[in-house]
Amino acid sequence: MSLNQSFSRRFFLKTTSFTAALAFIPKGVRSIYEEVKRFIVPSKDVIPLMVSINKKEYSIKADTRTTLLDLLREDLQLTGTKKGCDHGQCGACTVHIDGERALSCLTLAAMIPGKEITTIEGLSEGDKLHPMQEAFLECDGFQCGYCTPGQIMSAVSCVKEGHTGSVAEIKEFMSGNLCRCGAYNGIVESIQKVAK
Amino acid sequence: MRPFTFNKAESVTKALSGKREAAQYIAGGTNLLDLMKKHIAQPESLVDVTTALSNKIESDKNGIRIGAMVRNSALTVDKNILDDFPLIAKAILTGASPQIRNMASTGGNILQRTRCPYFYDVTAPCNKRNPGSGCSAIKGDNRMSAIIGYSDQCVAVHPSDMCVALAALDASVEIIDKDQKKKSILFKDFHRLPGDTPHLDNNLPDGALIQSIEIPQNAFAKNCAYLKIRDRDSYAFALVSVAAALELSGGKIRAARLASGGVAHKPWRWYEAEDFLKGKEATLANFEEAAEIAVKGIKPLSSNGYKVSMLRGAIVTALEECVN
Ligand SMILES: Cc1cc2nc3c(=O)[nH]c(=O)nc-3n(C[C@H](O)[C@H](O)[C@H](O)COP(=O)(O)OP(=O)(O)OC[C@H]3O[C@@H](n4cnc5c(N)ncnc54)[C@H](O)[C@@H]3O)c2cc1C
Ligand code: SF4
Ligand code: FES
Ligand code: FES
Repeated sequence: MSLNQSFSRRFFLKTTSFTAALAFIPKGVRSIYEEVKRFIVPSKDVIPLMVSINKKEYSIKADTRTTLLDLLREDLQLTGTKKGCDHGQCGACTVHIDGERALSCLTLAAMIPGKEITTIEGLSEGDKLHPMQEAFLECDGFQCGYCTPGQIMSAVSCVKEGHTGSVAEIKEFMSGNLCRCGAYNGIVESIQKVAK
Repeated sequence: MRPFTFNKAESVTKALSGKREAAQYIAGGTNLLDLMKKHIAQPESLVDVTTALSNKIESDKNGIRIGAMVRNSALTVDKNILDDFPLIAKAILTGASPQIRNMASTGGNILQRTRCPYFYDVTAPCNKRNPGSGCSAIKGDNRMSAIIGYSDQCVAVHPSDMCVALAALDASVEIIDKDQKKKSILFKDFHRLPGDTPHLDNNLPDGALIQSIEIPQNAFAKNCAYLKIRDRDSYAFALVSVAAALELSGGKIRAARLASGGVAHKPWRWYEAEDFLKGKEATLANFEEAAEIAVKGIKPLSSNGYKVSMLRGAIVTALEECVN
């Protein structure tokens, strides 16, 4: 009997006798045990994915739980896209999916095959910055820079969608991107500059 | 997130047969993934329905049909919606952010879960998340909670803006159940009140799919408004919202629709106020009386009494916006 087998057998015996004992234990404790058990025995599912990011094809394997954000940052080392809240509330993770702005933290990597993803790394052409990147530099559209990749991706869409009629309209259509440094005036100016 | 298997369904039939008990459908993922990250939703497998369901908006003389996979942002730029059902676009534009609206589907929006803070806090008792554990909001922080239609089991509100407009326009939800039977559910009967079963948000049968939403043709396009009052100007859920729509003929109101978000476990219709307005002149005095009728008898909770006067004002303002 291999070490591995004896371990799992012992584990089995332990867990089953524990389960039997559990019949006499209050429901609350039992549900905690169920929770713990699911952590001890994870059955993660890894699937192959073909994804297209910044016009480059990648063939990778990923846990089904991987978000597009984690795929970019952890698997592909495209760390320009930032993780702020990881819950759809801050916009730091904004990328373009098939040309439209979207949140990579609320997108499963498993759902992007067949779609074209653009990140901040794909915006410039070689050393030539995108006009929006130039505008952010000129108008001081940032301070610490953490929210900036998301702001720029969102700003490019804001112009493309035509929501630049007034300062109020720009602010409304940029409200999904928070900036803790409060660089909002510079961000609005950058957008106005590119929209002209 | 807990581990799960992932399958993409190419057709409605495959989606329905692929949906085991511990599986969940995923569309835009903006609500479900958030809940999965917090271990509130724990599906063992996900069925991706993004290509199985329609993303088309089709209209004819009877009304409009919106496929379940039509993204929220698509509804804000569609010509037929803007011409004939602008209330839908107005409501959606007050919700979430441009990024989220690009991702969110029509079906997912209807099925999004409450934003009650205790529902999101897995350490707090919550009958909706964990039936029988109690309701933390009733005696706790209920500033954002319901003022009408609640029970002693749950005082949560439905968070959607789009649904308030759909309720006002008498939409119906077209579904297909596990046995491939199609059924139409009137919007007013789709979402539930909490009663003794607060864990159930709506009457969608287990395993069923929403295929589309239908809105019957109406004459409200010219005079409608959506007013949403929230803690900040943008990107926040409603404290109180009002969808108002009037059909006018020579200064007289032929028909009125009034619905609210942020007040109940489901989008709430103010039928009595609507009946009052019918046949009346479209005057401020009548709008004020309609608002009075709506708020009459409302019993708020310990910390959300402010919603009553807020609602009264919001109804008047929304009705005024309809005629201005
Ligand atoms: C930060 C933030 C702010 C927000 N602000 C607002 C706001 O102000 N106003 C507002 O109205 N909303 C707001 N939302 C909510 C947003 O509108 C919803 O998350 C979105 O509409 C859900 O759609 P989805 O396609 O992403 O759903 P998913 O997350 O994919 O699914 C939601 C649920 O519906 C089920 N489902 C999806 N489609 C179908 C179908 N066709 N048939 C059967 N079941 C289905 C899924 O199984 C799941 O249980 C906000 C969300 C976030 C993250
Ligand atoms: S109001 Fe409903 S959702 Fe909120 S804590 Fe009570 S039971 Fe849970
Ligand atoms: S990290 Fe995605 S919205 Fe904050
Ligand atoms: S520049 Fe620091 S968060 Fe925006």
